[in-house]
Amino acid sequence: MEEQQYQIDLGNLMAFDSYHHFPSVPCSREELVNECLQKGTKLVQAIADALFNLPSTEDLDGPIVTLPPPTTRLPREKPLPKRKPPTKWELFAKKRGIRQHKKDKLVYDEQTDTWKRRHGYDRVNDDNDIPIIEAKMTDEPGEDPFAKRRAEKKQRVEKQEKHRLQNLKQASKVGALPSHVQLAATALPITGMQAAPRKVSKGELENVAGMAATATASGGKFDKKLPGEKPPKHEKKYRKFLPVVEGSGMGSLERQQTDKVLNKLISKNSHEILNVEKAVNMYNVKKDKKRSRQQGKSSSTSSKMKPNKKSFKKTFKKGICKQREVKMKFICLTYVGSSNLYQVLQVFYFEGDNVLIVSFVKSFLGQKGHRILYLYQL
Amino acid sequence: MLEIKTPKTRRAKRVIEKRAPKLVENGKKTLILHGTKTSNVLNAVLTEIYHLKKDNSVKYTRRNDNIRPFESGGETSLEFFSLKTDCSLFVFGSHSKKRPDNLVLGRTYDHHIYDLVEVGVENFKSMKSFSYDKKMAPQIGSKPFFVFIGEGFEGVEELKHLKEILLDLFRGEVVANLNLAGLDRVFVCTAVSSNKVFLTHCALRLKKSGTVVPRMELVEVGPSMDLVVRRHRLPDDNLRKEAMKSAPELAPKKVKNVSRDAIQGKFGKIYIPDQQVGETALPYKAKGLKRERREAKMKGEANKQVVKKPKQDS
Repeated sequence: MEEQQYQIDLGNLMAFDSYHHFPSVPCSREELVNECLQKGTKLVQAIADALFNLPSTEDLDGPIVTLPPPTTRLPREKPLPKRKPPTKWELFAKKRGIRQHKKDKLVYDEQTDTWKRRHGYDRVNDDNDIPIIEAKMTDEPGEDPFAKRRAEKKQRVEKQEKHRLQNLKQASKVGALPSHVQLAATALPITGMQAAPRKVSKGELENVAGMAATATASGGKFDKKLPGEKPPKHEKKYRKFLPVVEGSGMGSLERQQTDKVLNKLISKNSHEILNVEKAVNMYNVKKDKKRSRQQGKSSSTSSKMKPNKKSFKKTFKKGICKQREVKMKFICLTYVGSSNLYQVLQVFYFEGDNVLIVSFVKSFLGQKGHRILYLYQL
Repeated sequence: MLEIKTPKTRRAKRVIEKRAPKLVENGKKTLILHGTKTSNVLNAVLTEIYHLKKDNSVKYTRRNDNIRPFESGGETSLEFFSLKTDCSLFVFGSHSKKRPDNLVLGRTYDHHIYDLVEVGVENFKSMKSFSYDKKMAPQIGSKPFFVFIGEGFEGVEELKHLKEILLDLFRGEVVANLNLAGLDRVFVCTAVSSNKVFLTHCALRLKKSGTVVPRMELVEVGPSMDLVVRRHRLPDDNLRKEAMKSAPELAPKKVKNVSRDAIQGKFGKIYIPDQQVGETALPYKAKGLKRERREAKMKGEANKQVVKKPKQDS
């Protein structure tokens, strides 16, 4: 009967005797403690009676019971997580009944005859991997198709980023932003509102003031100084004269400078027009595959290919020309005026060392006044 | 424009996700800190509370000048610390002439102060002063029993509040599965008078009793102290309602046609489709019920020309 009066919360392993009353406060501390412990033992025994009678499963460490949820309700630590609102795409897909299907991670790449990842590094059908683009009649003159491709890709990425941001903004309005994302306003996007002015540091102000002060023809020499203004750090113009007479050491500096600029220009142009190394590489890879297949048919010694391949790679990286036969045919085109016409400038047939081809194309680009637009591999 | 701030490393992301609001929450962490002045007693109290809860608590050792939980404006840095350490329980110790050996126990909700209870510590006895067999010493992080004795915990507002906070402070994580071999500690709280609570920590000894249920024996291991309730602040009603919300996803699904009764237990309703009496197959078919015969009979009555079939012996 006595156990009936206890309130037991098994989820918290708690017992509460709400009827116990100290008739008179015990005179000594020891008495009080003893009485408490006795009463406590009774209550703990009451909890244990309920606890040990729960269905249990035997484990190596001891019997394990499933506790009921606590009946004493205690407040939460943090608010309940809110559900993320659907994105625009999710809404659209639901309306249309579009369901997502799982895609394979690996995709067969026809260009290289291998399985490659769908996304990421060394991906299949990579835009950057295309060495040659066929010219169309509708192409605008003077436009670099490679650059155009890159720009388009960049635009698509930016567009998606914009959409992502918009969806996140929607989520933040509801208060259901993913915990690892924080939106920080760099400036207010609403029209008619001005962004909060950024505080300019003292150093920055000094820099700007100094620049303005020295922006006259005399370098600020005759300007009136403001009270407290410091003299400019560098009073004179930055000029450096190189020796006029040619020679070794300092004498060859001017020549080196001009060479540097020229080289930069040439290399820049060549990069824009054609990724020559890539083109040659791809060609070589294809050729290797073809040859290996043919060899496999005739002698079936695939192991023979491996060391050969290795040695080639090494030499190519080092830049030492080891004899390696390549047969190629290029047609170099150039534009005629502003019309949409291409004119065949020159046709090259190559048969020989691959490194030679690269050097030849580079030299061609440097020497000729025309710009090569496309190289066709026949 | 908006800028997206995301953690730069995986580790940082994991930490942030660990702190995010969840449907089923982790155990609450406790922040233990003190004000400008503390007494020796209070230092010991704070340290021992830290020892009791070593698995999920943070202890600060520096003085804090600007924490006054009950005053407006005095809670800002406390709330900041709560956010920083991800703690939602705090124990703040301070000592002054007006309120000697003062202990403020409180909880936070969403890193804002939820409720507060201020108690004075008296008759403190530390763990060291108890002598017992060290083999029985409770393991860190074990699930404790709670025993509350006295009508004060029901009748007096302050004690009722204190009871809830003590339970929240020491109960640890809510678990579904419990290993019975790991039970080794009890917190005994007794309401001695209307504002005084005797709190002690005991180790538990399970002794064989011959039945399934072992005989429990309490051995006081400390700390033990008297808590005299001074000030307290209950949570705001709206805030309380918000904090007590439970996730609708976690509520048990209602089972159709099953009801429970305190006396008779579980009830089930079974629906049986309407019985089609007319279409049931009869075990014995009376000849007179056959349709042709009935029709023939009707015809015969009309024509008076019935050709009787020779009766076959049955």
